[in-house]
Amino acid sequence: MSAASHDAHHAHEHNDHGHGHDEGGAHGSLKDYVIGFVLAVILTAIPFWLVMADVLPSHQMTAVAVMGLAAIQVIVHMIYFLHMNSRSEGGWTMLALVFTLIVVVVTLAGSLWVMHNLDTHMMAPMPHDMREVP
Amino acid sequence: MAHAQALTEADKDRFYLTEDHHPENGTLLGFWIYLMSDCLIFAVLFACYAVLGRNYAAGPSGADLFDLPIVAVNTALLLFSSITYGFAMISAQAKKVKPTLAWLAVTGLLGLGFLSLELYEFNHLIHEGAGPQRSAFLSSFFVLVGTHGLHVTFGTIWLVTLMVQVAKRGLGVEMKRRLMCLSMFWHFLDVIWIGVFSFVYLLGVLK
Amino acid sequence: MSPDLVKTIFGRLTWDAIPLHEPILIGTFAMVALGGITVLAALTYFKVWGYLWREWLTSVDHKKIGVMYIILAIIMLLRGFADALMMRAQQAIAFGDAAGYLPPHHYDQVFTAHGVIMIFFVAMPLITGLMNLVVPLQIGARDVAFPFLNNFSFWMTVGGAITVMLSLFVGEFARTGWLAYPPLSGLAYSPDVGVDYYIWSLQIAGVGTTLSGINLIVTIVKMRAPGMSLMKMPVFTWTSLCSNVLIVASFPILTAVLALLSSDRYLGTNFFTNDFGGNPMMYVNLIWIWGHPEVYILVLPAFGVFSEVVSTFCSKRLFGYSSMVYATVVITILSYIVWLHHFFTMGSGASVNSFFGITTMIISIPTGAKIFNWLFTMYRGRIRFEVPMMWTVGFMVTFVIGGMTGVLLAVPPADFVLHNSLFLIAHFHNVIIGGVVFGMFAGIVYWFPKAFGFKLDPFWGKLSFWFWQIGFFFAFMPLYVLGLMGVTRRVSHFEDHSLQIWFVISAFGAVLILFGIISFVMQMVVGFMKREQYADKTGDPWGGRTLEWSTSSPPPAYNFAFTPVVHEIDAWHDMKQRGYVRPTTGFIPIHMPKNTGAGVVLAGISVVVGFAMIWQIWWLAVISFVALVASAIIHTFNFKRDYYIPAEEVVRVEDARTEALRSLA
Repeated sequence: MSAASHDAHHAHEHNDHGHGHDEGGAHGSLKDYVIGFVLAVILTAIPFWLVMADVLPSHQMTAVAVMGLAAIQVIVHMIYFLHMNSRSEGGWTMLALVFTLIVVVVTLAGSLWVMHNLDTHMMAPMPHDMREVP
Repeated sequence: MAHAQALTEADKDRFYLTEDHHPENGTLLGFWIYLMSDCLIFAVLFACYAVLGRNYAAGPSGADLFDLPIVAVNTALLLFSSITYGFAMISAQAKKVKPTLAWLAVTGLLGLGFLSLELYEFNHLIHEGAGPQRSAFLSSFFVLVGTHGLHVTFGTIWLVTLMVQVAKRGLGVEMKRRLMCLSMFWHFLDVIWIGVFSFVYLLGVLK
Repeated sequence: MSPDLVKTIFGRLTWDAIPLHEPILIGTFAMVALGGITVLAALTYFKVWGYLWREWLTSVDHKKIGVMYIILAIIMLLRGFADALMMRAQQAIAFGDAAGYLPPHHYDQVFTAHGVIMIFFVAMPLITGLMNLVVPLQIGARDVAFPFLNNFSFWMTVGGAITVMLSLFVGEFARTGWLAYPPLSGLAYSPDVGVDYYIWSLQIAGVGTTLSGINLIVTIVKMRAPGMSLMKMPVFTWTSLCSNVLIVASFPILTAVLALLSSDRYLGTNFFTNDFGGNPMMYVNLIWIWGHPEVYILVLPAFGVFSEVVSTFCSKRLFGYSSMVYATVVITILSYIVWLHHFFTMGSGASVNSFFGITTMIISIPTGAKIFNWLFTMYRGRIRFEVPMMWTVGFMVTFVIGGMTGVLLAVPPADFVLHNSLFLIAHFHNVIIGGVVFGMFAGIVYWFPKAFGFKLDPFWGKLSFWFWQIGFFFAFMPLYVLGLMGVTRRVSHFEDHSLQIWFVISAFGAVLILFGIISFVMQMVVGFMKREQYADKTGDPWGGRTLEWSTSSPPPAYNFAFTPVVHEIDAWHDMKQRGYVRPTTGFIPIHMPKNTGAGVVLAGISVVVGFAMIWQIWWLAVISFVALVASAIIHTFNFKRDYYIPAEEVVRVEDARTEALRSLA
């Protein structure tokens, strides 16, 4: 197999399928990366500031804000760095992502619910006791 | 979704293609699916941290241990490495070998910086008696953050490999595809890190 | 040499690890060694090493890899079934003063190994093998999306199997049950190598399973023939797609959980320990988040096989194609929200238990819909009771019983009585044997002529079916009875003599199943000897309906000389109906992937890494790990991975087929 015909095969493949659904990541432009980066910096700076300067009145509010900002930043990364959209790979990347998110949520929320419920009923030492139990 | 399988007018009456037929390349989709499965490994580690993360066993808590300025620097290193990798990809699309290699090198150095700081932090904690054996909280902390670090380590090894290959073979379709895979891996690790610094470090300091 | 030096060199490995004092193991070893030497000698004598290496071991051809998976599964079935016979024999005799012949520490290894081997190294390779063999053919593709990865995945599965088998003769296997719950599997209660063997064999095989899952998903998504939209895919391809989605979205969870367990064992962390804040229940919770989808990973492809078999042997289109597809997808999603029913009794409250009890019962709805679809396909069909169809009907009878006992177990209060009893054992064998094993056997008999060009012997096939079917009921119905009487699983000795008769009946059933397995192998042996008589020259021995039957048996390396164009659900049936004429001219060169030995090398090194970690031979672990990474990197420098089959070669192969078809007419 010579290198020439190898490349020919790829050139052929490229012509066949054009650019519309070229690849999951497509090509990000410089603008995309810069917008993503600036947004990410802002969305990182705010939570650090909230926690380090202890801005909000209650810890609970800070926690909610931190997690909310994290969720937004994840979406920013997905769009500007991973170039996610509903069209890439005929929608299969998005489908895979949604399915994975469902399983992730089931794993996290399910584990927390199940384990909390279990600890309550087994009268296992609760977290606030566990801080002190050796 | 099935546009690749859509039939043209000419195909309506025939049972086979007489010309050469190449299915679309599946590498990027396959790699994306791999990332999704990796995401589930992290989901388990996060779940462990969520469930066990406050079992301090009379030992130190996150508020006692975490040094937020170091975490902030680490976060910055990783974020910068994300955009430098982006620049490498832009150069690669333009088929400029030297700028691609230069940006990849910067990315790799930022990755190494991140790893060194993380190792410094781990080493410091272990010397303070807060090693992974101390409590379930510390076990889940070390393993979650350490697994992310391991990924960065392999990402860096992979990055060096790709630099050698780009230098040797230039930026053909295949090399660009490989760079694209590592790009997805690298940005994916940054996404995981968002979870780590928010959920583990920032919330850990709060309580 | 100083003891320290010996320990540095050999880690925990000493002469004591070789079980010279266990007559059963020595006997087994002698047999395995003798058999192995015979095979190796025969291979050398007939000078087939080169052929094997070039044409099979390094092959990236999905059909050969599929066949190798199935061979692996059948070999491991013999091992797993030997374990089953040993357990049945022990439980049939160990009453009162009679201690039986298996000491508890050995018995515990036997039931652990039985479970691990049957699930991971029999059922999994069977489904992966069948999917590999059939899916690319059904979708009109020439290979899978990542042919090298396919070969690598297979060898990683073999690597895991080798690691399990090593534990038989070097050291011991886990004594923890097939899911190795901590704290029993933790360092404090299982300090020896058994659990480490368990962990490393599953991790090595798990890499292969996950990668092959990704591979097959991308194959199905990207490589379907033109015209084959999602709702025109054969049902087996659909169930394979869903099964692989489940693999990719659940095996990482197993990998992570086992990694955490190893972290507890190797690094002294406290995830699942009893002290320092660890929580063993977290392990149980997490491993079942993998474990329940695993059940559907196994059974969905079997459902696909039954769908293909029913519609072929009733000469009808499958009843309710779209409801079959939706049922499959619904099962895929529901399988993630039922995991807690495996540990109802472990302390959750009413809210949690009833939620998971109800979700579990809901799963029986789509499954029931499938059963009715198969029945309606048979209704007013011209049923041909060939061997695959017999397995299918046997499945419907057996599986429904298993499904109903499953719904019973899904009721939390009933589960409180039956949990961990022999009723549970009977239930899951009922669904796994009745569903997965029958399904895979139906699939093997059905697609065997496609893979090898001749049918299996129907006499031995029918014998095998009846032995399995009757043997199954003898072996497991007594366990339902015993379970209802409160007998728990994993017990090697009983005091109550009144129970003995049930165990004896059960052991008798196991012997019947043994005859079933012998007959199953015999149908291949006899089929091979009569291969001229059973030869399939048409490529379509059963009157099939999907694309795999449109090519020759066995298919050429490139599967299809021209990529098929699909218009209907049953594409091949449609082609036959509308007067398709096989092309005999105009062949062009075909682009194909090249064979490579990299998969064998990487998997071989992985086994060494695993062995070194199990025995804590640190220097070897480090060296072999570095070698593993290095060989993976070296492999990425190999850019010449494909070649063209020249047009003349295609012409030669296709002309031979034209000739064969003409001689039939």
